[in-house]
Amino acid sequence: MSTPTLTPPRQPLFSRLPVISHLKKSVGLQRGMLIVGVVLSGLFILTSIFAPLLAPYGYSQLSDASGSFPTQEAPGGKHLLGTTVGGYDVLSRVIWGSQTAVTVIIVSVAMSLFLGVALGLLSGYFGGWLDRILVVVADAIYAFPTLLLAIVISIVISRGQSSFWGGIFSCAFSITVVFVPQYFRVIRAETIRLKAEPFVESAKVLGASSMRIIGRHIFKNATRTLPLMFTLNASEAILTLAGLGFLGFGIEPTSAAEWGFDLNKALADTSSGIWWTGVFPGIAIVLTVLGLTLVGESINDLNDPRIRGRKRAGATPGTPKTPGSPTSPGTPSTTAEAGTP
Amino acid sequence: MTTVIEVPEAEPGIVAPKSKSKGGGGLGRYIVIRFFLIIPTVFILVTLVFFLMRVIGDPITAAQGGRLPPDVLAQRIHDAGYDRPVLVQYFEYLGQLITGNFGTTITDRRPVVEVLTTFGAATLELSINALIVALAVGIPFGLIAAQHRDKMPDAFLRFFAILCYATPVFFSGLLLKLTFSVWLGWFPVAGRASTRTELTMSGLAAPSGIYWLDAIRSGNFTALGDVVSHAVLPAIALGLLTAGVFLRLVRTNVIGTLGKDYIEAGRSRGVSEFRLVTKHAYKPALIPIITVMGLQIALMLGGAILTETTFEWKGLGYQLVQYLNARDFVAVQGIVVLLAIIVAVTNFIVDIIAALIDPRVRY
Amino acid sequence: MTTNLGHVSDQAPAGQPVLTIDRLQVTFATDGGDVHAVKDVSLEVNPGEVVAIVGESGSGKTVTAKTILGLLPETAISSGAVVINGNNVISVSKSGLRKIRGRDVAMVFQEPSTALNPVFTVGWQIAEGIRAHASDGRRISAKEAKQRATEALRKVGIPDPETRVNYYPHQFSGGQKQRVVIAAALALDPGLIVADEPTTALDVTVQAEILQLLRDLRDNYGTSIVLITHNMGVVADLADRVVVMYQGDVVEEAPSKVLFAEPRQEYTRNLLAAVPHLGRNSASEGARGRLHQDGKVLVEARNLTIEYPGRFGRHGFKAVDNVSFTVSENEVFGLVGESGSGKSTIGRAIAGLNRTTGGSLKVLGYEMLDFKERSFRPLRKEIGFVFQDPAASFNPHLTIGECVAEPLMIHTKPGAAEARKKVGELLESVQLPASYAQRYPHELSGGQRQRASLARSLALNPRLLIADEPTSALDVSVQAKVLDLFKDIQEQFGFAALFISHDLAVVDMLSHWVGVLYKGQLVEQGIGNHVMGSPQHEYTKRLIASLPVPDPEEQARRREAHRALLGG
Repeated sequence: MSTPTLTPPRQPLFSRLPVISHLKKSVGLQRGMLIVGVVLSGLFILTSIFAPLLAPYGYSQLSDASGSFPTQEAPGGKHLLGTTVGGYDVLSRVIWGSQTAVTVIIVSVAMSLFLGVALGLLSGYFGGWLDRILVVVADAIYAFPTLLLAIVISIVISRGQSSFWGGIFSCAFSITVVFVPQYFRVIRAETIRLKAEPFVESAKVLGASSMRIIGRHIFKNATRTLPLMFTLNASEAILTLAGLGFLGFGIEPTSAAEWGFDLNKALADTSSGIWWTGVFPGIAIVLTVLGLTLVGESINDLNDPRIRGRKRAGATPGTPKTPGSPTSPGTPSTTAEAGTP
Repeated sequence: MTTVIEVPEAEPGIVAPKSKSKGGGGLGRYIVIRFFLIIPTVFILVTLVFFLMRVIGDPITAAQGGRLPPDVLAQRIHDAGYDRPVLVQYFEYLGQLITGNFGTTITDRRPVVEVLTTFGAATLELSINALIVALAVGIPFGLIAAQHRDKMPDAFLRFFAILCYATPVFFSGLLLKLTFSVWLGWFPVAGRASTRTELTMSGLAAPSGIYWLDAIRSGNFTALGDVVSHAVLPAIALGLLTAGVFLRLVRTNVIGTLGKDYIEAGRSRGVSEFRLVTKHAYKPALIPIITVMGLQIALMLGGAILTETTFEWKGLGYQLVQYLNARDFVAVQGIVVLLAIIVAVTNFIVDIIAALIDPRVRY
Repeated sequence: MTTNLGHVSDQAPAGQPVLTIDRLQVTFATDGGDVHAVKDVSLEVNPGEVVAIVGESGSGKTVTAKTILGLLPETAISSGAVVINGNNVISVSKSGLRKIRGRDVAMVFQEPSTALNPVFTVGWQIAEGIRAHASDGRRISAKEAKQRATEALRKVGIPDPETRVNYYPHQFSGGQKQRVVIAAALALDPGLIVADEPTTALDVTVQAEILQLLRDLRDNYGTSIVLITHNMGVVADLADRVVVMYQGDVVEEAPSKVLFAEPRQEYTRNLLAAVPHLGRNSASEGARGRLHQDGKVLVEARNLTIEYPGRFGRHGFKAVDNVSFTVSENEVFGLVGESGSGKSTIGRAIAGLNRTTGGSLKVLGYEMLDFKERSFRPLRKEIGFVFQDPAASFNPHLTIGECVAEPLMIHTKPGAAEARKKVGELLESVQLPASYAQRYPHELSGGQRQRASLARSLALNPRLLIADEPTSALDVSVQAKVLDLFKDIQEQFGFAALFISHDLAVVDMLSHWVGVLYKGQLVEQGIGNHVMGSPQHEYTKRLIASLPVPDPEEQARRREAHRALLGG
């Protein structure tokens, strides 16, 4: 690396982490939204980790020591949230469902993040015919109903059936194909913008190689929006997973619990007034997506000085201004900020 | 579910209507260029879908394998030409598409185009109804949120918008059905109309296929009432999903334009805050709003598939799911490609509308 | 002081000031705590008077201007009184404020291209202001409002206003847009116009026209003007009285002629001394021939043409058209021109940031027409580049030390201790403490960043330095320091330089030889002193005559000469 001394960070690493730093600079209602989001997302993640401890039964359990579970039993007693038409315990399925959701999020977002960022950086920086082709392809996919695409890909991968990992991967992969163009578009646009920034041009003038420019100057600046995209895409991944499950392209109930699948089965119950089979997995989806979206939206707002709460107008991460910057010695002016005099 | 949150940095497409050319030809030129961009879009999706579907194997084995003796199956595959090289099949398929032949379904042996004409109107009707709900909710509430940004009404509306987005259509549909159909009994549980009305509608001369329109045209108000009561819940379920996106979109863009110098200039001339929001800021904001709304057509179609399944609304999406379950991949491929074309053309029209509003392109 | 609270009076009391500001204080809530933008400002503006408020960034002049129209954001808290026609803007009700805006006081903005709404016709925008005041008296029909908008456009000298009232902003040029903005301000005949840096975004030739227009308004309609500016030339040209602000306080207030002739306060004296004055401090003072021609020629352009390709088959744009010049060792070549003249394009082409499309451009013997990044890269260590915006030319994620060391790391790959030592030396050579290596770019002021930028460009001891508007983002006093530093270092290191600027006086201070660009063509080149003193080309004559000098009396003479030039 180039400089001899590593500069001491101005703040401890912890408080510079995406969500934490946002929490610190938020105020009022914005802070409330962020906190609600963080709490809901935290609950979701904790539930998925401790599912084996929290769930009273297994996700595919149909009986226990005292015999088979009753079917379509109303909430209460042994089955806190009732049982389904197939005799599964609703509460257990809801809790185990969070594990499936988290796994799909991690696999899909990790894959799409890696591909999308790499393609976006290279395509945006080098331009040329490859860039043009990628843009047309990405735009075509972007404008297409993602659910349809996910269905097609899920058919291709799993032919509609599904072991746990088979189902997870077919869902995750179809979500990846849908997301890569989005990451690609954002990172590419950001790269093109940065490419024209004087600090990148200055590196170019100094004779830095393309790889050095991309790695040292563009990458970190272009990926500022990734925490935001991560949270937004995580919620989209859940909705896509549930949509696939609802249409019957998800994971078999014996392999894992999946909220969308349960909702599909619950649809037929509604006409006879059986509500608990559908309402609880539905609420689980809503709360999870709500939590993740609230976090994402809040980060988005706090990153964008245009949208960010007025009480805090001022410093942006890219070009911050310091109110009390040091005085040039001996000049009548004090803080000589760049920009309009 | 589909794309909802537009991350701010993403720039739309490769051609933005920003030509500064003096004199005529700016708009005409833009329309022509934008029109020709439909071709690669559709071509790429057709290619993608074709090869993806071929990875599974031939459609006949997928649909009827196991149910037929192997020699009969092989004969059928040979007759349909699926034993030829994939590239040959691909170019043949492209040729068929150009002549408007989207294939014939395997399970019920209908041309895909006929499936479209039979069921397309239902999906169109659902989309129009939902769009009305989405616009009626999204735009005014978006403006209110923008005007009261960071205050209580704004916080409430934003939470509402996120809730709309976070609720899958099939869940909101389920809740609506439970509440308004099963418990309150206000609306029918499912379908587009009662059997009697369906019969009346199919008996009409030159029906548009959009039931409420046909009912109005034929002056049959009993049928109209029936149709509308069936349409309410699906329209709300799908409409609210999109409304959440529209609300957020309007809010963000109007707040963005409210920060511009020309708003302060208007303010310095004594223009009222209400007029600044609803006129001075709204119209410039409308151009990006319309462009992104166009992209939401895809969201709507994805949502329509789920809504139709939830409410047994017999449209293209409902039909698509039937074919999927029957493993009729010729039908699936045909419908998917048709939808791709519809999406591309709609986006084209929306972009042209956005360009028409922008005087920088018009002149 | 009689202030009227809720009720809005309609009559301006005769003979009294149109604007009285009394002990104004404005405080903003920000991330870093409260900022006292305006601490204690009192001033008066009389009918028909032009009062200039001058100051550098952070002086509070723009905040003061916005307070006059009640345009401060909600985060600002203000106290004191701003009285216009008997109404106190600070305490008046929201609807009362709305009545005052546009009718009693109007604003002209800095950037005409953003002050006009791109999707409405200019006529509609002007009419909006007129109709917003309909409730004051009778209703105003759309037709009548448009007619009055046409009248306003005629007043500001827009030709054929009946047609142009239906034009959209993008159909006007920059100077015309500013006229439209002024027309919108004039629509209701306010007694007072607040002009916030009205010519800063404009080229100097257009600036002269807009200043003339403002002067005519005052002379013909008796409009009072509060002129907010950092440009002392503009002040000397237009203002009757000057208020100098510094860090939220009024430092000095005096009639224009008095202030320029005998500034009382030290701050004012330093400020005036820092302003470049055309014809003083010329680098080519007394030169009879072209200096520094004994060394090697480092840059040679022959019939250089640079064309930007058009999109989708449209015609390309010729940014540089058939330009020939040379830059020799030790020589500072100054390139002046207005926006769109192609001056930056030439600088960027020499640094290999733009491709050339015709003629020949030899940089250190390398023909740029056959540019290949790979073969040009070894030469890059011989070329330094200083960018215009010091805030944007540093990677916000790297420290100043890392940024300055970047060229060393790329080309010579020294060890850690050696690099640190070299960075320290470089920073000291541009008069920055070596400890600044630890800081991040945003922790430095604009002038300090530009010094660091200079240090970075000098790291490899280049033979050629390209400086593209290096001081135009800086305050005038900071600019003076950076220019002095540049001059010293150039003499000390002895590199050749291409100095690009729109500011004639700045170019003349540094350059031995000056080229004047106009619409991509090099219309004139010669010894700096001679070009500025006795320009030959028509355009150069007009350019130099348009430049206001910071001296009211001299400027009055120059203005007459300028008018004669345009007339003849």
